[in-house]
Amino acid sequence: MLKINNLHARVEDKEILRGINLTVNAGEVHAIMGPNGSGKSTLAAVIAGKEEFEITEGEVYLEGENLDETSPEDRAHKGIFLSFQYPVEIPGVSVTNFMKTAINESRKAKGLDDMPAKDMLKLIREKSEMLEIDRKFLSRSLNEGFSGGEKKRNEIFQMAMLEPKLAILDETDSGLDIDALRIVANGVNKLKSKDNAVIVITHYQRLLEYIVPDFVHVLHNGKIVKSGTKDLALELEEKGYDWLKQETVV
Amino acid sequence: MAYTEEELKKELETKEYEYGFYTDIESDTFPNGLNEEIVIAISKKKEEPEWMTLWRLESFKIWKEMVEPEWANVKYKKPDFQAISYYSAPNKKPKYDSLDEVDPELLDTFKKLGISLDEQKKLAGVAVDIVMDSVSVATTFKKTLAEKGIIFCSISEAIREHPELVKKYLGSVVPQKDNFYAALNSAVFSDGSFCYIPKGVRCPMELSTYFRINQAGTGQFERTLVIADEGSYVSYLEGCTAPSRDENQLHAAVVELIALDDSEIKYSTVQNWFPGNKEGVGGVFNFVTKRGLCEKNAKISWTQVETGSAVTWKYPSCILKGDNSIGEFYSIAVTNNYQQADTGTKMIHLGKNTRSTIISKGISAGKSQNSYRGLVQVNSRADNARNFSQCDSLLMGNECGAHTFPYIEVRNKSAQIEHEATTSKIGEDQIFYCNQRGINTEKAIALIVNGFSKEVLNKLPMEFAVEAQKLLEISLEGSVG
Ligand SMILES: Nc1ncnc2c1ncn2[C@@H]1O[C@H](COP(=O)(O)OP(=O)(O)OP(=O)(O)O)[C@@H](O)[C@H]1O
Ligand SMILES: [Mg+2]
Repeated sequence: MLKINNLHARVEDKEILRGINLTVNAGEVHAIMGPNGSGKSTLAAVIAGKEEFEITEGEVYLEGENLDETSPEDRAHKGIFLSFQYPVEIPGVSVTNFMKTAINESRKAKGLDDMPAKDMLKLIREKSEMLEIDRKFLSRSLNEGFSGGEKKRNEIFQMAMLEPKLAILDETDSGLDIDALRIVANGVNKLKSKDNAVIVITHYQRLLEYIVPDFVHVLHNGKIVKSGTKDLALELEEKGYDWLKQETVV
Repeated sequence: MAYTEEELKKELETKEYEYGFYTDIESDTFPNGLNEEIVIAISKKKEEPEWMTLWRLESFKIWKEMVEPEWANVKYKKPDFQAISYYSAPNKKPKYDSLDEVDPELLDTFKKLGISLDEQKKLAGVAVDIVMDSVSVATTFKKTLAEKGIIFCSISEAIREHPELVKKYLGSVVPQKDNFYAALNSAVFSDGSFCYIPKGVRCPMELSTYFRINQAGTGQFERTLVIADEGSYVSYLEGCTAPSRDENQLHAAVVELIALDDSEIKYSTVQNWFPGNKEGVGGVFNFVTKRGLCEKNAKISWTQVETGSAVTWKYPSCILKGDNSIGEFYSIAVTNNYQQADTGTKMIHLGKNTRSTIISKGISAGKSQNSYRGLVQVNSRADNARNFSQCDSLLMGNECGAHTFPYIEVRNKSAQIEHEATTSKIGEDQIFYCNQRGINTEKAIALIVNGFSKEVLNKLPMEFAVEAQKLLEISLEGSVG
């Protein structure tokens, strides 16, 4: 599904990613952990095609295709979805209208007509029920005045609507209360299949109890310094990152 | 950088005027220049009664004494008033019973504009009175309106058929000596629309007029008069587009609204005159005087979407004369490239318990300048007057400007005035967020701009709102993609 090869990325003079290698197969869940500022969100943004970051070395492949020249919107059309750590507000644009536009733009890229209003409504109803989102919420301006947790739940609602091949969830758990975490995690699990893949970026083991990863990677200073199974997350929870940082220095 | 200012700018600059074509319809055009003879000739051409000719001559006299104002925050080369032809009318002007009889070339023009009259007819009962180069050439739905006693016709026809109404109200809200352009208009106005709603009648459909400048170098001087008699209601739509020209074209319209006791007038405008090319050459000069008078318990709402013109100078205003009367102004003004807009409103509170609301949304891109200028005046007799003003500006790129000039004059202590203003920029993060959801940058900008303008777009009648949204997209994104 996704293959990242010796990826280096920088912004201005600052090198943030320094040789990332990562392979994610269809049907897998990967967790990425790591201290603040280690480059997790940057990696997510680079996979999504944010041009602010300059790739100096390495490649990102989606289903065997080098994404080098692919615009962010085309990557989205190809099935990459990013749940933002900090979702952006768009005043005056309702969640519904935003989703309608997003879905129809993707359809247009595939040569399809707009989704009929009836189907759109059905989809919205289905997905909002799954994530226990009040329908009134969907007529509000996108993320404007949303609480931290509401923003995150809304990101997963969008993911559910768009049904991506590769979903990257950047700290979707932070800001969610205990019940919301369970609802959102269940939603993600329902969307999981043998044909898609999920990358979860998180600081906490808690989320991984719900969304069980096949692999856990630790990112530090722009590199994956350790990979393991879900037990690695437990170990990190217990020991913190210091021992890994020291290992890298050595 | 993801979506640099540079790229954003380039994309915006590639916008060219979509409706830039010229219709070759034979016209009957006067020689350039303005003097008493021309004024008399215009009046004759229109078969006007003597009182009208005299009114025009009086206006001309007033105009000759006036100097062109310098007050707006705009720079332009002043038009040479002797180099303009003051009358141009389509030549073949039979009376049409149906649209099939209309000059096919004219209909073709409308097709290019995306105005399907057939569609318009069906749409929610819109009666369209088309003003093309100053003379109205087709009127629909007249019969339905006539049954209710509603008069909706060209101003020339009104002068002939309903002189008592015209005599009473023409110049009553915008006097001849009001300002330079209003005086000029009063002397030479070629045509325009007239509308009268009788007592207690609710106009059953949106009244609509499309304006369009056509003849090269022809000044356009429209005159509109809308009278809502006691307890009546009317919603009036005005939309315009203009073909692309190299010389600057002058447009100096006057619109007068009279809302008698307990009546309501909604006046909506979508304005898309040629803004000039991306180097800032050509384009329409739009100097408009629009004013409404509210008697007791009456209400006037001005809603405008301004995307065109090289220079726009326009302040739809309300005189809240009657007690409990209400004035509203909702505006979206978009400027791109070298466009300059100086627009806003004046709310003059004279009566007691009068209320006014101002919502202004300015969007600037390219090297354009967008100014909001608003006056809220509360007179000494206007007890408990209230005003709420909100002016929001959205900037794209670093070379454009947004300016807000709120003037507040209060002579009554009981007045409550609130003013809010915000300025924001379309952020790269917003664009990337949209991109990530599969929405390309062009569409993303349209979405963000529409969201920003929503409060005003919502005030427009449905079918007009759709058109306005399209215009916003065209004026900001161009035909790229
Ligand atoms: N546009 C930018 N300009 C300069 N520095 C940046 C930029 N974007 C990211 N960085 C820096 O790159 C480093 C990695 O940031 P990133 O957001 O990827 O960290 P993270 O691992 O997601 O951290 P957190 O756990 O706090 O979310 C940080 O030091 C950050 O300050
Ligand atoms: Mg982060």
